[in-house]
Amino acid sequence: MNNSETLRSFRTATWLGWQIESNWTDPFLFAVYSIIKPLAGAAILVVMYSVITKGNFDTPIFPYLYFGNAFYIYVGAIMTGVSWAVIDDREHYKTLKYMYIAPIHIPAYWLGRGVARFLTGSFSVIITIAFGVIFLHVPLDLATVNWPLFILSLILGVAMLCMMGLILASITLLVAHHFFLIGEAVAGALYLFSGAIFPLDVLPAWIRPVGFVMPITYWLELMRRSMVSSVSQAFPTLQRFSDLQLAGILVGLTVVFAVIAYFLFRWCDFRAREEGLIDRVTNY
Amino acid sequence: MNNPAVEIHGVGRIYKIRGSKNEKKTRKELVALQDVNLEVRQGELFGLLGPNGAGKTTLIKILTTLLAPTSGWARVAGFDVAKEPGKVRPRINMVSGGESSGYGLLTVRENLWMFSQFYGMPSKESYERIDALLGLVGLEDRMHTKSSDLSTGLRQKMNIVRGFMTDPNVLFLDEPTLGLDVGASRDVRRLIRGWLEQDKTRTLLLTTHYMAEADELCDRVAIINQGRVLACDTPSALKQRIQHDALFEITVASMNGLATSALENLPGVRKVTRREDGGFAALEFELVEEAALSGVINQLTSADVKVVKFDKHEPTLEDVFVELVGRSIDEVEEAEPDAKE
Ligand SMILES: Nc1ncnc2c1ncn2[C@@H]1O[C@H](COP(=O)(O)OP(=O)(O)O)[C@@H](O)[C@H]1O
Ligand SMILES: [Mg+2]
Repeated sequence: MNNSETLRSFRTATWLGWQIESNWTDPFLFAVYSIIKPLAGAAILVVMYSVITKGNFDTPIFPYLYFGNAFYIYVGAIMTGVSWAVIDDREHYKTLKYMYIAPIHIPAYWLGRGVARFLTGSFSVIITIAFGVIFLHVPLDLATVNWPLFILSLILGVAMLCMMGLILASITLLVAHHFFLIGEAVAGALYLFSGAIFPLDVLPAWIRPVGFVMPITYWLELMRRSMVSSVSQAFPTLQRFSDLQLAGILVGLTVVFAVIAYFLFRWCDFRAREEGLIDRVTNY
Repeated sequence: MNNPAVEIHGVGRIYKIRGSKNEKKTRKELVALQDVNLEVRQGELFGLLGPNGAGKTTLIKILTTLLAPTSGWARVAGFDVAKEPGKVRPRINMVSGGESSGYGLLTVRENLWMFSQFYGMPSKESYERIDALLGLVGLEDRMHTKSSDLSTGLRQKMNIVRGFMTDPNVLFLDEPTLGLDVGASRDVRRLIRGWLEQDKTRTLLLTTHYMAEADELCDRVAIINQGRVLACDTPSALKQRIQHDALFEITVASMNGLATSALENLPGVRKVTRREDGGFAALEFELVEEAALSGVINQLTSADVKVVKFDKHEPTLEDVFVELVGRSIDEVEEAEPDAKE
C-alpha cells in the first residue's frame, strides 16, 4: 500500500459512488428516499412521544430524542454506504473481481463508495432538524451552538462510523446475498442500545453495557451537547463526563474499532481468497 | 529479465461443497485442479484448452490472485500470487468472456476511464488509449452509449478493451470469444495478435474450448481435462505426435476402369479406401510419406482419371484431444452437463 494508491482508490470510488447515488432516474424517488423517509421516521417518533407524554413537548427528553434520531440517520447511511459496495459490485455489476485484481487499496475504495451516501445522509439530517425546529418547536439557537465541538464531534463520528462500515464490509465479503441489508440491520439493532431516543438508564441494567461499549452512544451525546447544551444536563447517564472526556472516549473507541477493522479485513480477505468468494454470485 | 512470465508449480485446488439443505451434513470435495505444472515464457501467447469444467477458470483465478491454491505455488511476472498479490496486481489484468460486467449507468468511455484511474493512469493518456482500442474493436461510435444499452456482445468487447487498456505485462483472457459472433471473434483475435506484436515483452494467457481458436492463435497450448494438464506444446508439435501417416483424399469423376488395388500396389501407398460421394468416387489414401503422392498422381493421369477435388487431411487439435482423452471435447461436455457454468 502506498499513499497515491490509497488516494486514487478513494477518489475514483467517490466519483463512482456519486455516479451511482445521483443516478436518480426519477427525482420523485430521490425525494421519497432523502426527505420523506427520514421525516416519516421522525414523525412516528413524535407521535409516539406525544401519546406517551400526553402532548408535553417542554421536557428535555423531546429535544434529546429528536436530535438523537436525526443524527442517527448518519449511522445507517455511512455503515450501509461503505458496506453496500461489496454486494453491489459482486452481485449487481459483477465487477468486484476486477476491482480486486486492480492495484487498489480495497478499504479506501469502500470508504470512497460511502461518500455519496454520507452526502445524501447529511441532506436528510438537515431536513429533519429544520423540520423539527420550524414545525415542532425543537429548541435550537444557531447562535448558541458550540460549533467547534459540533465540527469536532462530526468528524470523529464520521471516522468512527467509517470503521464500523469497514467491519461490516469485511464480513459481507464472506456472507451470502441475503444479508444484503446488513448495514441497515445493524443500524436498526443498535438504535435502541446507543441512547438515540432514550437515555441508557431506561434499559434493563444487564443490557446497558452494550450501549456503553458502542462509540455511537458517546458520539450522539456529543452531537446533542454541541447543538443544545442544556439537554444533556437533564439526564444523569453521561452527565458526569465533560465534553472533552466524551471526546476522549470516542477517540479511544474509534481507535479500537479501527484496529478491529484492520485485522478483520485482513482475515476476511484471506478467507475470501481461500474459499473463492470474491466472484461468487448468489443463486436465487 | 527473461524470467518466465508465469510459473505454475504443482498447483492443486480443491473446492469444498456444502451439501444442499436435505443433505446438510455431507461435505463433498471437488478436485478442480491437480498437480498442474506449466511455464509461460515472456512474449508468448499461451492457450489453455479444455472442455467446460476442466479447471481453466480456476487456474486463471489462482493466477490473478482471486483464489488461493490448495497446494503448490504460482508466480506471475516474478511474484508469488498467494504471498505477494499486491506486487502481482499492477502487472496483470484479466477479462472473462460470457458475462456482462460493468456499470450500466456509465457510458462505455466512463467505465473504461474509471478502471484506468485505479491503475493510476493520467486521464489524457487513458482517453487516448481507450479511443484507439475502441476503434480497433469497432466500438468507437458507441463510446458515449450507456453500457446498459449495449448488447452482451458489445459489452464483452468493452470489457476486452478494459483488459488491454492498462497495458499489463501479463494479460489473462478467460474464454474471450465465448458468445461472440464470427465477426466479433475475429476482431478480438486480431486485437490479441496486434497487441502482442507491438511489444515482445507482453505475455497473454487465454483459455478456450474452441479447438480451432487455440490452433490458429496460440504459440503453445496446454490441453487440460478434469483438472490435469495432459499435454503442452506448440499446436503443430501436438498434431505431429498423432500424425503417423500422411492422409489425402482425392475425389475423381470416374475411375475409368482403374482398380483401387492398382493404386494400393504403388510404392509408399499403405491403403486406399473408396467411397461414393454424390456420383463421384472419393479415394482416401494412407501414405507412408508424402513423397509417394507423385506416383499416385502419375498413375491417375496415365489412366486418364479426372481429379475433381484434392484434400490433404491435417490432423487437428480435436484429434489430439481425442487421442489423449479417448473422447471428443463435445462428448466430454455432454457427459458432464453439470460441469457447465
Ligand atoms: N466456487 C466453486 N465451488 C465449487 N466448485 C466449483 C467452483 N468453481 C468451479 N467449481 C468446479 O470446479 C471444476 C472446474 O471449474 P472451472 O475452473 O470453472 O472449469 P472451466 O473454466 O474449465 O470450465 C468444475 O467441476 C466446477 O463445477
Ligand atoms: Mg471457465
